[in-house]
Amino acid sequence: MAIDKAMNVLIVDDYKTMLRIIRNLLKQIDFNNVDEATDGAEALSKLRSGNFGLVISDWNMQPMTGLQLLQEVRADARLKAMPFIMVTAESKAENVVAARQAGVSNYIVKPFNAETLKEKIEKVLGHA
Amino acid sequence: MPETAAEISALTLRLEECRRRYPASDPEMVADVVRAVLTTMHGDLTAPETSLLHEIEELGQVIANAKAEIEALRVDDIGSSHIPSATDELDAIVAHTAMATEAILETCETLDGIGEHLDPADAAKLQGATTRIYEACSFQDITGQRITKVVQTLKQIENKVTQIVTAFGVGEGAPRAAGEAGMAAAEVETALLNGPQLPSLAMDQSDIDRLLASFD
Repeated sequence: MAIDKAMNVLIVDDYKTMLRIIRNLLKQIDFNNVDEATDGAEALSKLRSGNFGLVISDWNMQPMTGLQLLQEVRADARLKAMPFIMVTAESKAENVVAARQAGVSNYIVKPFNAETLKEKIEKVLGHA
Repeated sequence: MPETAAEISALTLRLEECRRRYPASDPEMVADVVRAVLTTMHGDLTAPETSLLHEIEELGQVIANAKAEIEALRVDDIGSSHIPSATDELDAIVAHTAMATEAILETCETLDGIGEHLDPADAAKLQGATTRIYEACSFQDITGQRITKVVQTLKQIENKVTQIVTAFGVGEGAPRAAGEAGMAAAEVETALLNGPQLPSLAMDQSDIDRLLASFD
């Protein structure tokens, strides 16, 4: 299944340097329509008012965490099928299990490389 | 010794008053307790009572010695000076590495722009190089999170030191309300927010992929 690289991608991280890194890595794999949010609440607002095809989110943010954002997305009738990749330094098994139970599409542990990001995006969007 | 119900009640009230006046373990409190007990006693002391009083006096001396040793160590400096200084230094490390990382990223973006005007082979080589730099720059995020964990640990140590100093009547610091009570009130998710793990303890991406696949 061909991936529409013109889709809008929302990246969410409270650390602006990380947003800049992910944006540049996405650009290098031809995803050029990238928007940013610095916490779950801002992301949810953008998702509800916009037209996104993929969310790439950090976990540890305030006031709304990435896990809470994921739960809100899955509970929203319009957004519930949204591909959602968690990119986080939280690497304990209980984190992965909690994210999976909340409906995460895939999970990337920081630090990550461009190849991992590309592979997970292709896997998630290939199944979408 | 107190013999009647009234005497026992009076002694209980005196002990409660001592406890109210001296909530911390000040050596003077022990001395006050001893004096309060002595004033309620009548007649000659028995051998067990004498032994008990001797032990209380020794306990008071132990507390006084501990207080003197803590004062000599100037442990109040740990909370008032050393730890704030250390956390400031760590904050400066985060700020400076963030500035350096931003400069590196900006330079990479300039190189990516130049790459758009190169022939495809050279452009691919340049992009490969900038990709490695982008990947490496994520160290800043991980480093920042690790330093935040260290700062939190230092603040916990600071709280404990303040509690010890206050309990022994050294310095003027008051114990903080945070700590175990704050942890207990935290949301369940907080227990999941541990930040980066040490490499020897962390799951790598392949471990996570296997765990996720086990749900399918």
